[in-house]
Amino acid sequence: MNAARPLLLAAALAAMAAVAPALGEAGPGASAEAVASVADPDPARQRELLVLLRQDCGSCHGMRLTGGLGPALTPEALRTKPAESLAATIVHGRTGTAMPPWRRFISEAEADWLVARMFDGATDVDTR
Amino acid sequence: MARAFVGGLFACALAAPDAVAQLRGTGDLGVVIERAKGRVQVVDTTARTVLGTVDGLGDLSHASVVYSRDGRYAYVFGRDGGLTKVDLLERKIARRVMQAGNSIGGAVSQDGRVVAAQNYVPGGIKLFDAVTLELLADIPSAPGPDGQRSKVVGLADAPGQRFVASLFDAGEIWVIDARDPRAPKVERFRDAGRQPYDGLVTPDGRWYLAGLFGEDGLSLLDLWHPERGVRRILPGYGKGEEKLPVYKMPHLRGWAIAGGYAWLPAIGRHEVLVVDTRDWREVARVPVAGQPVFVIARPDGRQVWVNFAFPDNGRVQVVDTETRAVAATLEPGRAVLHMEFTPRGEEVWISARDDHRVVVVDTATLKTVATLASDSPSGIFFTSRAARMGF
Repeated sequence: MNAARPLLLAAALAAMAAVAPALGEAGPGASAEAVASVADPDPARQRELLVLLRQDCGSCHGMRLTGGLGPALTPEALRTKPAESLAATIVHGRTGTAMPPWRRFISEAEADWLVARMFDGATDVDTR
Repeated sequence: MARAFVGGLFACALAAPDAVAQLRGTGDLGVVIERAKGRVQVVDTTARTVLGTVDGLGDLSHASVVYSRDGRYAYVFGRDGGLTKVDLLERKIARRVMQAGNSIGGAVSQDGRVVAAQNYVPGGIKLFDAVTLELLADIPSAPGPDGQRSKVVGLADAPGQRFVASLFDAGEIWVIDARDPRAPKVERFRDAGRQPYDGLVTPDGRWYLAGLFGEDGLSLLDLWHPERGVRRILPGYGKGEEKLPVYKMPHLRGWAIAGGYAWLPAIGRHEVLVVDTRDWREVARVPVAGQPVFVIARPDGRQVWVNFAFPDNGRVQVVDTETRAVAATLEPGRAVLHMEFTPRGEEVWISARDDHRVVVVDTATLKTVATLASDSPSGIFFTSRAARMGF
């Protein structure tokens, strides 16, 4: 967990930096903090993403993310996994497995945000 | 004398309400899974009402149900490995065991005495006494390429006190003879196709069909002649075309055999495949609104109803089995997860997870006849399954 954090942060920042110019929301002079806050999904979208994670990723990974046809996505299960490869798996899928690409529905920055939530275990959301 | 008679009538009238309330059959009952609450609703399909709820069933994010053959008890298999025997009449838990770490469903033996659970972690099948839920046998699955015990999918009951199942990782089909449930005999069929994701037994109990995720095609086993082995049908139905992403795995369970044809979800294609069950050849394809999840025949076989994976899960399509074309598209609610026909199919109950309701539709007029509130409803299971093979 501790080992993964700096890597995760770095990956998230890199991804945000890559996405931000495309979004046109962060100028060249923006600080890292400003970029991070701009690239985080807004609260409504965060909720949508967590519902998507629980309900639709949950089809295979379990609504409580404890695994199913797909592997568990709990903090313990993810501890040894590099964040950037998890985010890439979300966006691009994984050939030869049942994991589909989600890029039609989840941007790279959003995938990074979701992966960070999964590492924290902060994925609870009221689905009502 | 007259007075005594009147008194007697009065006593009867007093005693009657309780006794009458308790005495009822279960043929028109069922359960609806409230997946996020670990709870089931007990429903009455005649009155179209919720009679009550039963709580404390654990993680029901993927749950399936089979019935005791008297139709009184629902065996609910939870994602967390919980197996709960729910009494529909008393609306309470009769028995509950934690039998695995991660489970997906189960089946009931032909004679109703054995309940079988299919598990992902640890991979395998467990047999239980249907009355007490005492463990009778533990059958570990074979390892897949990663060395872990395979996840077991597509478990179904078959004639001769048998169960049939598929191993997702190892690509095998197993036939389990449970005539002696404490010492079951397993017949393994290797090379049964890449990544079987679910299976079904035909209504007559003769054929076991496993859908394959890892290749275009399905695997077929003749349970009258298991010695003939597993054969592949519809090989390469995608003909090398790139598959569309599958955001939810289709389910084969629930008969989609109608008029001598099997109606099956294609994998990675927005089509229903129509297969002649006499020679198991493809005869048609029906283009539909998305990746089919459930393809279910109305009990009389005149219609086939289809629901879809994310992101097309707000729709349900009705296929006319005579013209083999979509006859109607309904939008019963957001995130339709399941459909269940009343015993003879005049109505169908549809769960709309994100609208928190169950919609009851008349299958002749396609009009909604009732709407019931339900918290994130998923599977709907009626007691008529108790008498049907493969359910």
